[in-house]
Amino acid sequence: MGLIKRLLRCIGQYKRDAWLSPLFMGGEVVMEVVIPFLMAGLIDIGIDGGQTDYIWKMGGILTVCAALALVCGVLSGSFAASASAGFARNLRRTMFYNIQTFSFRQLDKFTTESLVTRLTSDVTNVQMAFQMLLRMAVRSPLMLALAFAMAFRVQATLSLVFLAAVPVLALAVYLILRHVHPIFMRVFTTYDRLNKIVRENVRGIRVVKSFVREDYEKEKFGRVSGSIFADMSKAGKRMALAMPLMQFCMYLCMLLIAWIGARLIVGGAMTTGQLMSMFTYAMQILFSLMMLSMVFVMIVISRASAERIAEVLAAESDLTSEPEAATVVPDGSLVFRGASFSYGGAGGKLCLDGIDLSVAPGETVGILGGTGSGKTSMIQLISRLYDVTGGAVEVGGRDVREYDLRVLRDEVAVVLQKNELFSGTVKDNLRWGNEDAGEEEMVRACRLAQADAFIRALPAGYDSVIEQGGTNISGGQKQRLCIARALLKKPKILILDDSTSAVDTRTDAALRRALRDELPAMTKLIIAQRVASVQDADKIVVLDGGRVQAVGGHAELMRDSELYREVYHSQRKGGDFDEEEL
Amino acid sequence: MTKKNSEPLKTALRLLRYIGRYRALLAVVFFCIIVSSVAGVAGSSFIETLVDDYITPLLLSARPEFSALARAVAWLALVYAAGIAATLFYNRAMVTITQGVLKKVRDDMFAHMQSLPVRFFDRNSFGDLMSRYTNDVDTLQQMISQSIPQAFSSAITIVAVTCAMLLINPPLTLLVFACVGLMLLVVRQVGGRSARHFMAQQKMLGEVNGYIEEMINGQKVVKVFCREEEVKAVFDGKNDALARQATSANRFANILMPIMANIGNLQYVLIAVLGGALAAAGAGGVTLGAIGAFLSLSRSFAMPIAQISMQINSVVMALAGAERIFQLLDEEAETDDGAVTLAAVEETGGALVPSQAAAATRWAWRRSGERGAAEYVEARGQVELRGVNFGYTEDKPVLRDISLYAKPGQKIAFVGATGAGKTTVTNLLNRFYEITEGVVLFDGVPIGEISKSALRRSLGVVLQDTRLFTGSVWENIRYGRLDATDEEVIAAARLANAHDFIERLPEGYDTVIDGDGGSLSQGQRQLLSIARAAVLSPPVMILDEATSSIDTRTEAIVQKGMDSLMEGRTVFVIAHRLSTVQNAKAIMVMEQGRVIERGDHESLLAAKGRYYQLYQGAD
Repeated sequence: MGLIKRLLRCIGQYKRDAWLSPLFMGGEVVMEVVIPFLMAGLIDIGIDGGQTDYIWKMGGILTVCAALALVCGVLSGSFAASASAGFARNLRRTMFYNIQTFSFRQLDKFTTESLVTRLTSDVTNVQMAFQMLLRMAVRSPLMLALAFAMAFRVQATLSLVFLAAVPVLALAVYLILRHVHPIFMRVFTTYDRLNKIVRENVRGIRVVKSFVREDYEKEKFGRVSGSIFADMSKAGKRMALAMPLMQFCMYLCMLLIAWIGARLIVGGAMTTGQLMSMFTYAMQILFSLMMLSMVFVMIVISRASAERIAEVLAAESDLTSEPEAATVVPDGSLVFRGASFSYGGAGGKLCLDGIDLSVAPGETVGILGGTGSGKTSMIQLISRLYDVTGGAVEVGGRDVREYDLRVLRDEVAVVLQKNELFSGTVKDNLRWGNEDAGEEEMVRACRLAQADAFIRALPAGYDSVIEQGGTNISGGQKQRLCIARALLKKPKILILDDSTSAVDTRTDAALRRALRDELPAMTKLIIAQRVASVQDADKIVVLDGGRVQAVGGHAELMRDSELYREVYHSQRKGGDFDEEEL
Repeated sequence: MTKKNSEPLKTALRLLRYIGRYRALLAVVFFCIIVSSVAGVAGSSFIETLVDDYITPLLLSARPEFSALARAVAWLALVYAAGIAATLFYNRAMVTITQGVLKKVRDDMFAHMQSLPVRFFDRNSFGDLMSRYTNDVDTLQQMISQSIPQAFSSAITIVAVTCAMLLINPPLTLLVFACVGLMLLVVRQVGGRSARHFMAQQKMLGEVNGYIEEMINGQKVVKVFCREEEVKAVFDGKNDALARQATSANRFANILMPIMANIGNLQYVLIAVLGGALAAAGAGGVTLGAIGAFLSLSRSFAMPIAQISMQINSVVMALAGAERIFQLLDEEAETDDGAVTLAAVEETGGALVPSQAAAATRWAWRRSGERGAAEYVEARGQVELRGVNFGYTEDKPVLRDISLYAKPGQKIAFVGATGAGKTTVTNLLNRFYEITEGVVLFDGVPIGEISKSALRRSLGVVLQDTRLFTGSVWENIRYGRLDATDEEVIAAARLANAHDFIERLPEGYDTVIDGDGGSLSQGQRQLLSIARAAVLSPPVMILDEATSSIDTRTEAIVQKGMDSLMEGRTVFVIAHRLSTVQNAKAIMVMEQGRVIERGDHESLLAAKGRYYQLYQGAD
C-alpha cells in the first residue's frame, strides 16, 4: 500500500470534516474574488455615475457576499482544525495500538527513541502540514485561477501583465527552495547531534564533573550550536530573498497596471473602477502564489515525518496467537527441545544452538554463564518474548506457540534484566501484577521479595510516589519491587533474569529462601552472575557460547564441569583466603 | 525545577535583553522596516494621484500628453526599489539576529547546566530538561524572526496609513477607526481564547509526550505483564483530551483571519456607500480619486491588524517557552570558593617547585601563603574523614559520624547492604554533595578550601553506571586527560585489559562508539571507563561497583589491570562481591549510614560480626 494511502486511511471518522473544509474554503474564495468585481461596478456606475440607488443596491449585495464569505471562512477554518487535530489523534492512536502488538524483535528494530519521536514530533509535523494542505491546497490554485479569470474578464490586455510576472516569481521561488532544501536536511541531522550531546551530558553529568570536563563539553556543544547557527543563517538568508522578490513582482505589476491602465482609460478602453479591481486582483494572484510555495515547503519538510509514521503503521506483529489457542496452562513444567534462536531470524547468527532441558513443576533452576553466553535469550523464549528459530519450547506439556499469548505470559512471569517502574504510587506499580490485589496480598508479595521493610520506611509507605523510571529509590530496591510485582501474578513459572544484581548478598539469600519455602509449587528459573545465587538450586545449567555446557546439581558440576569450577573458584578466590576456607 | 509565579512582562523584558545585544543592527532593521512600509503606503496613495492628477486631466485634454505620468511612474519605481532593497536587508538581518539569539540561548543554557550541582540532576526529569533545548527554544525562533518585525512593521504601517487617510479625508477616517475598534474587540475575544487553548494544548502535548516516553521506554515490561489494554485505555484518555484542545486552539486561530478579512470587506462597502453619497452630494471635499485611494488604504489598514492578531499565539507560546528557559538559567550554580589548586611539581633541593614536564608524576596542592607566595603541599593521597554527618535532605540523615583515615597508597573498601551509604561517602569526597557536619582533609587540607575542579582532577572515578560519550575510542579514553599521547592512551587501555577487544573492533581505536547505544557489551564499556580513569593517573581512585556488570571470569582478567591501576594510589572500593574487596587494607562495614565494623579481612572474619554474616551469605 502506498505511503499516502496508508496515512490517509487514518483520517477515519474525520473524513467528513476533511472534505467540508476545502469545500467551504472554495465558497470563501469565490466570494473573495466576486467582491472586488462588484466593488468595481459600485465605483463605476454608482459613484462615478452618481447613482445613489445603485450604490445602496450594490452595497446590500456586497454585505450579503461578505457575510457569506465570513460564514464559509469560519466553517472552513473550524473543519480544518477538527480534521487535522482528529487526524493527528488517529495517527497517534493507530501507531500506539500497533506498537502494543509489536514483538520484542520489532521493538529492538525500531528502538525506543525513534518510536517516541515518531509518536510525538513527527505527528505534529504531519498535523501542521495536513491543516495547511486542507486550507491552502484548494485556496491558492482556485484563487489564482479565479482572480486571473476575473482580471481577464475585466481587462484582457492588462491581465497579460500577470502572465509575465507569475512565471518569474514561480521560477525564483523554485530556485530558492531547491537551494535551501539540502541545507535544511543537513540542519535536521545537526539538531539530532545537538540533542545527543545534551542527552549524554544530562545522563553522564557525574562523569563530566568527575573528570572536570565542563569546559570541554561546552566547547563541543558550542561547535555544534555554531554549525546550526551557520546553516540556519545560510538557509534563512536565502529564504529571505522570497519576500523582496514577491514585492518586486507585485510592485512591477502595480507600475505596469498604472502605466498601461492610465493609457487604456484615456483611450476609453477601461474605467477607473476597473483599474481599482485590477490592483486587488494583482495582490490576490501574487499572494496565492506565495501561499502555494509555502505549501510546497511544508510538504517537503513533513515528507520525511510521514514516511517514518507510515513505517510504524505498516509493521505487522510477527508474533501472533493461534485462533484456537489453548487457554489453560496445566502446570509449571518446562521443556526445551533442541531450541535454537537467532536475533537475526532464520539464517542469522545463532545465539542459542540446540538447547535441551527438562524442568519439573516446582523445581528451582539456576542458569550460569559468561556475558553473551545466551542466558537472557534462553529464558525469553519461554514466554514468547521471542520465538525460537528452530526446535521448540514447551510449557505444561504444550508448545508455547499453541497458547494464547496473554494466558502464557500471565503464567510465566519474567523479571527482566532492564526493568522499569512507572510513575505512580508503590501500590499502582504493584497492581501491574494483579489489578485486583488487596493490601494483604501486596504486603505478602513484598515480604517475599524482601521489599516490605524499605517500602514501609518510605515517607508514605505503600502510597509513596515512585518517580518516572524509579529514580527516587535505589537500584536494589527497584529490583526487589519488580520481583514483588511479578509475584503478584501468582505465576506457575517465575524467571529472574539477573534481577538481584544490585541487591546485597544477604538480602539476596533471604529472597531465595523465601521463594523456596513459601512458593514451593512455582517453578523458578534464576539467572545469576554469582555462583552463590544458584548453588542450592535443584539444577544448574551452565551455558557457554549458546550451548548447554553442563547440567546438574552443585556437587555434580563441581566434579564434572571445568567451566563451573573455574567460575566458582574465581569468585571464591581472594588473596590468601583460600587456605582459610571454612 | 522550582516553580515560580509566571510574570510574562518580566520574561518579555529579559528576552528583549537577549535581542538587545543586536541593538545597532536592530536599529538599522527598524529603519529599513520604515522605508519598506513607507514605500508600500506611497504606492497606495499614488493611486489617488494617478486618478485625480493624471488620468482625469488626461481624459479632459484633447491631445493627451503622457510624459508627466511617465515621470511620476518612474519616481514611484524608485521609491519601490528603495522599499525592496530595505525589505531584503531587514529580512536578512533578522535571520542573523534570530539565529544569533538562539545560539546564545542554547549556549547559555548548556554552560549553565554544566555548572549546576549534581543534586539538580537528581531532582529533574531528563525528558523535561531535553524539551527546554528543543521545544522551548523553537518557540523563540518563530517569535523573534516573525512576530517582532511584523509587529513593528504593522505599527509603522498603521501610523503611516492613519496619517495618509487623515490627509485625504478626516470624516471617512473616523469610519475606518470604528471598524478597527470592532476588529480589536474580535481579536480580544477570539484571539484570547485561541491563546488560552494553545497554552492548554502545549500542556496536554507535554503530558501525552511524557506518557508515550514512559510507556515506550517500558514497552517490554508492558508486554511481560500483558498490560496492553490498560495502557491503551489511559493513552486514549490523554490523546483524546489533546485532540480536543488542539481542535479548539486551531479553530480559533483559523477563524480569526476570515473574520478580520470580512470586517475589512464590510468596511470597504461602508466607505464606498458613504463616500459615494458624500461625493454625489459634493460634500466634505470627497473626490472620486479620494474614494479610490481610501478604499485601497483601508485594506492596508486591515492587513496589519490581522497580521498582529495572528502573531498573538506565537508570542504567548514563546513567552511560556522563555519562562521555562529562564527557570533553568536561574537555577543556582554549584558554588566553589576553594582557593587551593593542583599543580604539577618536582623536587629540587628538598623543596617542591612547579614542574614544566609534559607528563607530571608528582602533584601538589598549591595555596597562597601569607605574603602572597605560593606554598606547596604534596598531594600524596592521604585522606581523612572526621565525624562526618550528611543527609540529602535535612530531616533524613544518610551518614552518621563517619571517621576514617587512609594513608597514601592504601586500599579502603566499603561493604554493606544497599542503601547503607557506601556511594554517599564517595560522593562527599569529590564534593558532589557538601557534608553537613564534620571535616574531610586531603593531605591535611580541608576539602572545602580546595577548588572543586582541582579536587576532582586529583580523583579518578569509575562508576557502576558507565557513561561513555559518542566519539571514537581515542576520544573516550582521552576524556581522562585531554593531552594524553596515543601511546599513553594505548598504555591505559592495556592496563585495563581493554586493548585486545579494542583491536578487534572494526576500526580499532578509531571505532566510533555510540554514547547510549549497544554496540559494546556492558563489560566492554566498563573496561573503557577503567581505561579512562587510568589515563588520568590521579593520586586517589574511587571504584564504585566498577566490576559488577562484568561476569566473574572476565572480572578475573580485569582485576589484574585494576590491581596495577591501584598500585601506589589511595583507593576507595565499593563492591558487593566480597571477593573484590578481600585484599583491602581496611574494610568498612556500613549499616544505615554508620561504620559498624572495620578492620582487614581476617580480623573481621575472626570477629564473627556482620562482615562474617555477609560473607557467609555470599557463599
